[in-house]
Amino acid sequence: MSSPDIQKSRWQRFTDNDIVYSFVTTPSAMVAALIAFIAIAAAFAAPLIAPYDPFDPAQISLWDGKMPPAWVEGGSPAYVLGTDNQGRDMLSTILYGGRISIVVGITAVFLGMLLGVTLGVISGYFGGMVDTVIMRMADVQLTIPGILVAILINGIGRAALPLELREDFAIYVVIVAIGLTDWPQFARVARGATLVEAEKEYVQSARVIGLPGWIIMIRHILPNTMRPILVIATIGLALAIIAEATLSFLGQGIPPTTPSLGTLIRVGNEYLFSGLWWITFFPAISLVILVFAVNLLGDWMRDALNPKLR
Amino acid sequence: MSALLDIKGLDVSFPTRRGTTYAVRDVSLTLKPGEILGLVGESGAGKSTVGNAIVNLLEPPGEITAGEIMFQGMNLRDQDAEAMRNIRGQKIGMIFQDPQTSLNPLMTIGAQLVETIMKTTHVFGSAAINKAIDLLNSVGIDQAEARLKSYPHQFSGGMRQRVVIALALAGDPDLVIADEPTTALDVSIQAQILELIKSLCRERKMGVIIVTHDIGVIANIADRVSVMYNGAMVETGDVRQILTDPQHEYTKSLIAAVPRGDMKVHRFTSVDYIEGGAQTHRRIDLDRHWLGEKLGQRPSPTAISVDALNKTFVLKKAFLKRNRVYLQAVNNVSLSIKTGESFGLVGESGSGKSTVARLIAGLYNVDGGSIKLFDQEVANKRTGKDVIDARRNLQMIFQDPYSSLNARMRVQDIVAEPIRFYKTASSESEVKQIVRDLLDHVGLGSTAMLKYPHEFSGGQRQRISIARALASRPKILICDEPTSALDVSVQAHILNLLKDLQDELGLTMLFISHDLPVIRQMCDRVAVMRHGEICEIASTETLFNAPQHPYSKHLLELMPSMEDFGKTG
Repeated sequence: MSSPDIQKSRWQRFTDNDIVYSFVTTPSAMVAALIAFIAIAAAFAAPLIAPYDPFDPAQISLWDGKMPPAWVEGGSPAYVLGTDNQGRDMLSTILYGGRISIVVGITAVFLGMLLGVTLGVISGYFGGMVDTVIMRMADVQLTIPGILVAILINGIGRAALPLELREDFAIYVVIVAIGLTDWPQFARVARGATLVEAEKEYVQSARVIGLPGWIIMIRHILPNTMRPILVIATIGLALAIIAEATLSFLGQGIPPTTPSLGTLIRVGNEYLFSGLWWITFFPAISLVILVFAVNLLGDWMRDALNPKLR
Repeated sequence: MSALLDIKGLDVSFPTRRGTTYAVRDVSLTLKPGEILGLVGESGAGKSTVGNAIVNLLEPPGEITAGEIMFQGMNLRDQDAEAMRNIRGQKIGMIFQDPQTSLNPLMTIGAQLVETIMKTTHVFGSAAINKAIDLLNSVGIDQAEARLKSYPHQFSGGMRQRVVIALALAGDPDLVIADEPTTALDVSIQAQILELIKSLCRERKMGVIIVTHDIGVIANIADRVSVMYNGAMVETGDVRQILTDPQHEYTKSLIAAVPRGDMKVHRFTSVDYIEGGAQTHRRIDLDRHWLGEKLGQRPSPTAISVDALNKTFVLKKAFLKRNRVYLQAVNNVSLSIKTGESFGLVGESGSGKSTVARLIAGLYNVDGGSIKLFDQEVANKRTGKDVIDARRNLQMIFQDPYSSLNARMRVQDIVAEPIRFYKTASSESEVKQIVRDLLDHVGLGSTAMLKYPHEFSGGQRQRISIARALASRPKILICDEPTSALDVSVQAHILNLLKDLQDELGLTMLFISHDLPVIRQMCDRVAVMRHGEICEIASTETLFNAPQHPYSKHLLELMPSMEDFGKTG
């Protein structure tokens, strides 16, 4: 259509955007984004805002162990959410643990996305034998429950590492394990989107110009497949955070010395029947809120980015 | 006779967050029983919205904001949803554009017909089945009884549209609204369907509203015509008066823009009434410009030479060869196109004309035969300096302007891509200058450079496509239905541009179209294709004046003829 004569400012163009508009008019998306933002900001600002450093042995005293939250009888205002069995402040541990959960989640999803989208676009663009091999690999992996694959890869990763490195590298092993579990979803979506885009005439025209396949894939097809991929990446982030928590809960993930939310829940679980509910309850509720917020964001994004639903 | 339908002052508006847009503004029309009214206009004129407003099928958030729709004495705006549902089907039938999607693929057509008959006329059991058979007979489907058990996919497009018409007639409606009923069909089938609608209208004394962008359709079928532009009705009148003596400026230019099939004119009449039409743009001096540079000249009298070309698609895959189903899309096609010539390839959908273009462009691999570009064999070859050089001489312009540009790239990057890839310009600033010149030359203006494709209309996008093709400095241009997705007024501009470019740059052009008048104006020689084979190759004048092959004659007879309206109408 004819262009507006008045040049709009960058900010005006931003607010004019349909996706931004959809965001501003969807309260659940705004609340979810706010919660997710606070959670992520708090987790990353943990060294600044946490009252204690749970990794500093000098600040831990076993005397203060197993204290209930401040508002329960026997609690101390020094530890708002109580302390765990070793005397670490729960609030500080959750903040530091949340940071590990979020970092593991994001990097794992990124790894899965990188691998899955690369294979998916290649699969969709070339078709034929390449397609068959890649997609059958994905199918085979999808026949096994994701968490089992993660445990398997995790186990292999740990066994391959020398004993003294296991603790230090545990977090990377978990990231790789979850990332390698994730990729078939990304590959399927990327392949589907590529099949649609490759038929379109702008791709044909790039081929007539004589551009090589890899340029067409990176410059033309990839940017046009990003919408559905972003959507499953957001939902995948929630799943990856849960996967990390599950692995850690099963004792296969992050070691208790640098606990993630999942590790905290596992540790707390052992004391649940002794009445020390807060050790498991607060990490669990933090995990629920974080995953819920990310999922809500993913739902909104799916609706906002889908032209058919608008 | 009193009016069947009487619309007065109809306004339809679509509230959006950027303010309310009026799709239809103050439209009034009347329709008598047994009369066919053509509602004609270009895309976005609001003609379909009028049709949908009558039966209250407006897409949300669209709503009728003013006016009244009197149908057989009752105001349709006062009816509630339940009453409207009964009126649709029993009193008003609808025929939609695409017969592929307007039938349920999981139900036999018998089941769909009987269901509709039971709902609308309360006839049940064998009586309903008999009525279904009668309906199929009346729309010209043979062996109606046996065909009841068929599924929609077992019918061809034209037959499916007949079934859709039968469905629309199931409730014995008094009014039928046909929204672009033949746009998705080939010309030969279009003629049959229009004839059918016309005769059914006369027999049953129905009122029919035909919504279309195609003036040829209107000329064939309508009694009266209403012309819409920008949501308003600019002119209403008897079909002969509108076509031969239009009063409104818009109608005049619209009719003038329809390519003539009876004679060759030098240029297409451009529609100046439409905004953004006849702009004059800075054109570049080709003798001194990058675009005009002659490079790697290999003088050869033949630009494209195709010999015994074959292409088969596998329709149904199977492990065993004998179980596979093939389609011979191109069957032993040979043709040769002289340098500088404009060669037309004409045929109905499925005739293989686009496949030939894509084989020549190297988008498909050939199954047999040879393709030479300037005497260099290129069939199934992608590598080698000679092959790449020969291929760089060829560029293609596609049909759908909405999918032929990468939505995520700026216009300047789209156009600059071949220049940057082949490094045909010495610096980035020269690239920018060339892109600016190219966009000016195709009549778009260099302000377009920083925008994204979605900010442009269909015709402007097609200009961007042309600029992109020129950026490769091609000697051969393949145009695959370059204007069939565009309105006639825009079509004239694009075709004129292509003609100018061909003259200036001495391009060899392979022009593919189903539209005979366009072919006549654009091409020196024409090949007629059918079922993957070439029926006839002749110079355009010979073909149009004295076709040899029976199929060519058949096609020419079906050519929509507005010019001889006075004689036959």
